Amino acid sequence: MSTTTTPKGAAGLRTDDAKPQTTHGPVARTAGGVAGWVDDRTGAAKPMSYLLKKVFPDHWSFMLGEIAMYSLVILLLTGTFLTFWFVPSSGLVPYNGSYVPLKGVVMSEAYRSALNISFDVRGGLVIRQIHHWAALLFIVSIMVHMFRVFFTGAFRKPREINWVIGTLLSMLAIVEGFTGYSLPDDLLSGTGLRAAEGFMRSIPVIGSYVSYFVFGGAFPGETIIPRLFTVHVLLLPAIIVGLFTAHILLVFVHKHTQYPGPGRTNNNVVGYPLMPVYTAKAGGFFFIVFGVIAAIAALVSLNPIWMYGPYDPSPVTAGSQPDWYMGFADGALRLVPGFLEFTAWGFTFSLNVFIPAILLIPVLYGLAGSYPFLEAWVTGDKREHHVLDRPRNAPTRTGLGVMALVFYFILFFAAGNDLIAIKLGLSINDITNLLRLSCLVLPPLSFWLTRRICLSLQRRDRELVLHGRETGRIVRTAEGKFFEVHEAIGEHERWALVQHATPKVLELQASVDGNGVRRSGTSTERLRAKVSSFYFSNRVDAVTPAELAAAHHDGSTHEALHEPAPTWDRELHGGADERPDTDAYAPHEHAAEGALREADPEAETTSTH
Amino acid sequence: MTDNGNTQQPGSDAARAGDHGGRPVPLDRGHIEGTGGIPQHFADPGLPAHVHREADLSEKAAKKAERQVALMFIISIVATLLFIVAYFAIPQDYRAYVPYIGTASISNLALGLTLAISLFFIGMGAVHWAKTLMPDEEVVELRHEQRSSDAARHAAVDGVYAGGDAAQLGRRPLIKYTLGGALGLFAVPLVLQLAGGLGPLPGAELSQTMWRKGLRLMRDPEMLPVKASDVTIGSVYHIMPEGIDQQEHVLEQKAKAAVLLMRLDPADLKVPKARDWGYHGIVAYSKICTHVGCPVGLYEQQTHHLLCPCHQSTFDVTQDCKVIFGPAKRPLPQLKITVDNEGYLIADAAFHEAVGPSFWERG
Repeated sequence: MSTTTTPKGAAGLRTDDAKPQTTHGPVARTAGGVAGWVDDRTGAAKPMSYLLKKVFPDHWSFMLGEIAMYSLVILLLTGTFLTFWFVPSSGLVPYNGSYVPLKGVVMSEAYRSALNISFDVRGGLVIRQIHHWAALLFIVSIMVHMFRVFFTGAFRKPREINWVIGTLLSMLAIVEGFTGYSLPDDLLSGTGLRAAEGFMRSIPVIGSYVSYFVFGGAFPGETIIPRLFTVHVLLLPAIIVGLFTAHILLVFVHKHTQYPGPGRTNNNVVGYPLMPVYTAKAGGFFFIVFGVIAAIAALVSLNPIWMYGPYDPSPVTAGSQPDWYMGFADGALRLVPGFLEFTAWGFTFSLNVFIPAILLIPVLYGLAGSYPFLEAWVTGDKREHHVLDRPRNAPTRTGLGVMALVFYFILFFAAGNDLIAIKLGLSINDITNLLRLSCLVLPPLSFWLTRRICLSLQRRDRELVLHGRETGRIVRTAEGKFFEVHEAIGEHERWALVQHATPKVLELQASVDGNGVRRSGTSTERLRAKVSSFYFSNRVDAVTPAELAAAHHDGSTHEALHEPAPTWDRELHGGADERPDTDAYAPHEHAAEGALREADPEAETTSTH
Repeated sequence: MTDNGNTQQPGSDAARAGDHGGRPVPLDRGHIEGTGGIPQHFADPGLPAHVHREADLSEKAAKKAERQVALMFIISIVATLLFIVAYFAIPQDYRAYVPYIGTASISNLALGLTLAISLFFIGMGAVHWAKTLMPDEEVVELRHEQRSSDAARHAAVDGVYAGGDAAQLGRRPLIKYTLGGALGLFAVPLVLQLAGGLGPLPGAELSQTMWRKGLRLMRDPEMLPVKASDVTIGSVYHIMPEGIDQQEHVLEQKAKAAVLLMRLDPADLKVPKARDWGYHGIVAYSKICTHVGCPVGLYEQQTHHLLCPCHQSTFDVTQDCKVIFGPAKRPLPQLKITVDNEGYLIADAAFHEAVGPSFWERG
């Protein structure tokens, strides 16, 4: 350890270092000259100095969106590389590259060039694998980021627009992924396109026209590969990059949300400045993400297109599966029973395909996108929120989120019903029927369970605030009474547990109209009151100072606020705050009447570390 | 209570208000702050005391951190150099056994790993630098409400109206309505061009295949005709129509015309029509799934079930390929077959209905 005890920043250690504001080195002077030249013409210095000082809060969960951002950059970079060798053409040519098993086979130019990237372009396979792995990671991180935002309530005012943009990005990323893995024109990707053509046909009235317009005639045709290519490398990336730019700009405008904690309020943001800490951390994290993806790409083979052969509509491989993010839609397609297709008035309603393949994705994302507005309507909350919710403090929202996740994962597993059947040696029919049933039963069940767990966790938080931590130390008093010593939590730790407020149930007002007749409220009002009751009738409020004071006076008083405490409990359960002033372990200063102050200052200081 | 100078004191912050009594609030009020009665809530204790790192307190620890950061950057440099060496030194087609992976392309592995290490350690170095040497005292920045001031809002609205007035938009309705019409219509030519040029109309194509009376059933991919006497009970053949390889659009024809040929004991064929359309227990069905069009490639010889590998629709050949499980609705269409005078299997008619996935006007 050092001899000095005066803390100073590490930057101040080297006394021989010149102070940055007094002397700039020759390099800095040159840069300053260039910067001055630019500023003379753009006035960029002012926004830049503001940006450099901008504060971002630190939390691991804030890195999920960062992973998505970096994956996007990696995708743009490696994708550009791939376009230099990929030939988006369905023209048939014989293969004469270095992959021996396919020598002489007639295939599309797209497939041949994808093989060349894999075998004849030096380092091409690494780039192709990085591109595909980054795409998988892109969509994983978007979705996990989205659920982080959902469960912490970060979508609330003023961030609703950004939530909608994020929802769109998430949906477009899936479509972009699909157009990407359909390009190599191997047997697997062609089978995916074949299914997509079937989806389009199921659209009522215009289905066959949509199919013919997209494929430029009969499936597979020769126009789909070049068209998908343009959509994949130009149209969707342009939209995604545009929306992403808006997304990140809004993060700057709103300033990042922060988790509740001492000193973190709705009116400030506590964290580290962009320069230098966030530049180093976030910039470094880009390289870490890139490095990890490159390592996976080097070690784990993904989509070995040479194994599948060129596309032909007649053969198929068992266990045909899309990339993971299309799994839920594919699973839905497997679960929906065939009887939903019917013929009426001479037309075919192919709802068994139309609902899961065409409607599911926009409906699910539409629900997700509209959630902030629904919740704001239910709570009647018009305030800005910059401090995040702990998921347990919003039990109904958390329950709904888990319900959505469970539904999603059931569909996801359904996409592997054949693989599950093979691996577990079970009947695929039984598994499918079980998953069909699960789809209806498990989401509501998981909602109920999650909400109960959240409420229990909230009660545990109350318990912790009111009674402190069990120390495991059993003390016998002079009279022969036994009790366990409870250690009160410090005010910094306590703040995270008591700072939230739960919205109250909205109730109808029994107002009276001009004729003295009681008005029962419009149907919208009644609905709103009902939904509000669904959201907040089950609620556990944060501990108030009064309750804590009551608990300090008498351990059973606060419990009476919620449920009668068993009479024997008091003898065993007691706690630090119940100790009579006369006993040897009494705090030096009894401050129960000053309700805002903690009774035991020692416990407070020890728990801050 | 600790205070490091940056602490905000938001205890009195109105945003945190709200009564904790759990009483319902009137519907017209939502939960607006300040209506809750007694402000019974805890005060924010402010930021906890800052704990200094070792590198803040000791020059030795800081020096150690500096060397660690530099080491990581050096690892990155070395890995980059190794990448360059590997790029030139390892032949592209050199494959060898790698433990845990199997036979793999060594070039791919070496290039990928050196690239990974060179990138990863730049990142680790930068993050370690930030965590050990850069300032770690939290900074507080204030937020401001997103909403503009009322004056700014009015100025914006006034600006729009003033612009409209200056352009005499209100006074000249003729301009207003014709401009609206022009702007409303200008995209139509573009949309029309795109929609009109994307593809031909389907016409009756979706309902027709290459099959017609007299075409021989050819084994795919050998393209050899099938003699009825060669088809043993329990066997299954992938079939294409005779002459499909001479077609201009081979894949488009294959996507509709693919057929599966099976021979069962005629007694197993429970539907008389299916038996009549076959030949001595040899039956031919469209291979294109009626769900979304995957080839129904899996034939279970014992149960006579056909299974689609994409979404597990299951068709029972003994019941005229009726769907017995899965998401498909319609049975696979049967191709009526017979034999020609040389004993080869031929189609006796075209398919009687559209093959493949359903569509609106299919009927």
